[in-house]
Amino acid sequence: MATVSVCQYHSGGFSFENCKRNALLEADINKLGFSSPAARKTGTTICGVVYKDGVVLGADTRATEGMVVADKNCSKIHYISPNIYCCGAGTAADTEMTTQIISSNLELHSLSTGRLPRVTTANRMLKQMLFRYQGYIGAALVLGGVDCNGPHLYSIYPHGSTDKLPYVTMGSGSLAAMAVFEDRYRPNMEEEEAKRLVRDAIAAGIFNDLGSGSNIDLCVITKGKVDYLRPHDMANKKGVRTGSYRYKHGTTGVLTKAVTPLNLEVVEESVQTMDTS
Amino acid sequence: SLQFGTPRSVFITSLIPVGTSIMAVEFEGGVVIGADSRTTTGAYIANRVTDKLTPIHERIFCCRSGSAADTQAIADAVTYQLGFHSIELDEAPLVQTAASLFREMCYRYREELMAGIIVAGWDPRRGGQVYTVPVGGMMTRQPVSVGGSGSSYIYGYVDSNYRAGMSKEECLKFTAEALTLAMERDGSSGGVVRLAVVSEQGVERQVILGNQLPKFSTV
Repeated sequence: MATVSVCQYHSGGFSFENCKRNALLEADINKLGFSSPAARKTGTTICGVVYKDGVVLGADTRATEGMVVADKNCSKIHYISPNIYCCGAGTAADTEMTTQIISSNLELHSLSTGRLPRVTTANRMLKQMLFRYQGYIGAALVLGGVDCNGPHLYSIYPHGSTDKLPYVTMGSGSLAAMAVFEDRYRPNMEEEEAKRLVRDAIAAGIFNDLGSGSNIDLCVITKGKVDYLRPHDMANKKGVRTGSYRYKHGTTGVLTKAVTPLNLEVVEESVQTMDTS
Repeated sequence: SLQFGTPRSVFITSLIPVGTSIMAVEFEGGVVIGADSRTTTGAYIANRVTDKLTPIHERIFCCRSGSAADTQAIADAVTYQLGFHSIELDEAPLVQTAASLFREMCYRYREELMAGIIVAGWDPRRGGQVYTVPVGGMMTRQPVSVGGSGSSYIYGYVDSNYRAGMSKEECLKFTAEALTLAMERDGSSGGVVRLAVVSEQGVERQVILGNQLPKFSTV
């Protein structure tokens, strides 16, 4: 089975050398009362739907580290090729790297064949890689795109099984999203209806699943065009405070005042903005 | 490792897609194969319209049960190997060859895999044949074979209702009724019944939807 590919480490699977050391460290840390850092997971709602002219992919934007939100606006819809995008649920690093590896290999493959890549090719590559790692790569994906054979949508599980369906949902919020799909999905929908359906499905996940939240990202893929709508819907905008706890100048009476000038020379001045979104 | 007849609790508490009822019957001139359409991850139905009847070659199919990832990977590998072999031979491959390829893989990697497969098809040399390759990697030819978690409930029905020399229509009815009964009793099986007839003429596929399934007396 010849594939033109790079970034494929064929020598064995994972290296389990550090497991014993990690277990000892974990025990020591627990004795001191601390807990070791957990892998960041995207407790997630992702979904996809096939409509008349193509596919619509949707995702929420919350990344959690245990019970804390690590990223309020992360991007879960990953680029695979100009006509194929992939939503990822599960371990954030795994989905990011897996999609990047397959995207890279698919670009080489596309240059070799001289053709636009097909969704089924991306599906094959992803499932064969995930099966090789026997589920240790925690990536649950929704793969969608449009190629010479029309629009296609696949769901891919961490152990390497795939399903080709007209509508799919994955992640911790998948049951809430699937409820919306099972109620309102129809074959051959128009674009606006399909976008509304995906938006509502992700919203169901956001508001009913604790692992999903923040905004709704959409990706509409048709023959020759991709609309990457990030954000499509800011469903959880931070509220504006109605009051303020600041006290007016003069609220506290000043009894004494002593000023000590510090004569400092400015050596270097630099500005670093903090992301307060 | 898993033995033949794994307790059902393994399938239900599993978070990997599993669960099934599959069946294949030989008749004069071909085979009838059937399967349910449910894939479960624990108590959630991940896919309610699964197609577990996978073409391996033009007139050879396999019915997949067990772990979806394992059976899909095995079927893809065997499809490749059989296609290559068929091109080398420059003729249609034997059903027994396909079954042997499945057995090789299922036996060699028996500790790592959870796959119960029924290989069925038609070839010019021996006509319609059904070979079963259950968990563990045994391979044997049977005139009728059932598999998957739902098969436990229909051994009695199959043993008492099977007759040698049934016609194609009788086999289709027999398979549909057996699978309906299995789906009725097994939580991990359900959805629609997918049937296929593989013969010298080719492949005819059909789907029996939930409301069209044969009705049995409900106590």
